[in-house]
Amino acid sequence: MSEGYIRRDRDWHPPALHTAYKTSVMRSPRAAPLSFPTSLGEETGPVFGHDMLGALDNDLITNFAQPGQMALGPRIIVQGRVLDENGRGVPGALVEVWQANAGGRYRHKNESYLAPLDPNFGGCGRVITDAEGRYEFRTIQPGPYPWPNGPNDWRPAHIHFSVFGQAFAQRLITQMYFDGDPMIWQCPIVGSISQTAAIETLIAKLDMTQTIPMDARAYHFDIVLRGNRQTLFENRQEGS
Amino acid sequence: MKYLKESPSQTAGPYVHIGCTPNFAGIRMYDGDLGATMKRGPVQGEEIVVTGAVHDGMGAVLMDAMIEIWQADAAGLYPSPREVRGRADPNFTGWGRSAGNPETGLFTFDTVKPGQVPWRDGTLQAPHVTVWIVARGINLGLHTRMYFEDETEANATDPILKRIEHRNRIPTLMARKTANGVYRFDIVLQGVGETIFFDI
Repeated sequence: MSEGYIRRDRDWHPPALHTAYKTSVMRSPRAAPLSFPTSLGEETGPVFGHDMLGALDNDLITNFAQPGQMALGPRIIVQGRVLDENGRGVPGALVEVWQANAGGRYRHKNESYLAPLDPNFGGCGRVITDAEGRYEFRTIQPGPYPWPNGPNDWRPAHIHFSVFGQAFAQRLITQMYFDGDPMIWQCPIVGSISQTAAIETLIAKLDMTQTIPMDARAYHFDIVLRGNRQTLFENRQEGS
Repeated sequence: MKYLKESPSQTAGPYVHIGCTPNFAGIRMYDGDLGATMKRGPVQGEEIVVTGAVHDGMGAVLMDAMIEIWQADAAGLYPSPREVRGRADPNFTGWGRSAGNPETGLFTFDTVKPGQVPWRDGTLQAPHVTVWIVARGINLGLHTRMYFEDETEANATDPILKRIEHRNRIPTLMARKTANGVYRFDIVLQGVGETIFFDI
């Protein structure tokens, strides 16, 4: 039996209820969650093979575009590693991303922002990490946009990430923000995370060394999933 | 040894379907949505259909949720490289993802009834399915389990069910059989009948 996964630090994650984010008020459980250690069902998970990926899955600039066309907006590469809490790269992790277009508009029937759709931008992509846990995708920098919460709330530019590690206990959805964006610190969704140090781990850094000259700038963003406990000692009751 | 902190969660937001089930959202990508089917061919065991909805604290059904399930096959084996007790049914993926019906919000999984899986101490758990719920307004994905109401004997000795203090909440974890091979499982995020969620 494995040693189990390190407990989630629930003070580091946002609480279920954050009243400034109004939708959380009716969608947050009131009872405390039941705690128990991970077992086989949480320590296993589905496997996604590199062979399922299409050639353009990680290129949001062209994966929805008409032949010969490209999405509009500042061209960027987002790259980084998926690691576990023990600092090890997570190979074979499925990373799914989605985002608004350069004007801050999502391709979705419920979206009502007046900014126009980009006919060559779908807004989603996916990639599977390599043996060292590295991933990379190409996209356009999304725009900020207003949303119905407070009377004048705006989301900072962001990219949504859904990450599958090797165990269902590691399942995580989060968002990536862009270094230097003043909107980050005004956002009620970002503000659901109480610790500034935790928010800073979601801010991608501009990395000029990885920039492709005359083509695209690069942002670096690492994602950390839960790790296995490393102790060799289990608490055992006398006689068991 | 230096430990890293887990990346903090952020809500999946209103457009999670664009990223995780784009074809459902009207964006043709990837030759189909991941997790839409859990069967690659004929499967072993009892085939079942599980249907349900996610309800908020006012009783409204969520139309923008995404539900994922992960479970053992009919023999109690996980289709995972970490499964060391045997080889799971090669035609069963064990993993399903549903965006819910666009008109009703009902999620549906065509799956098999799972076999029993051992707990950490080797005792058998009752047949169950791991469930994970994300949506706009949910700041950290919610873990729970679906058990089967008709597994009375196994449920009575399940190590997780046994430790639940408020016994009147146990039905929130039970799928109800509504016809042969058909189960209903509703998830209540808040208030009366609130589902038991897990910190695992």
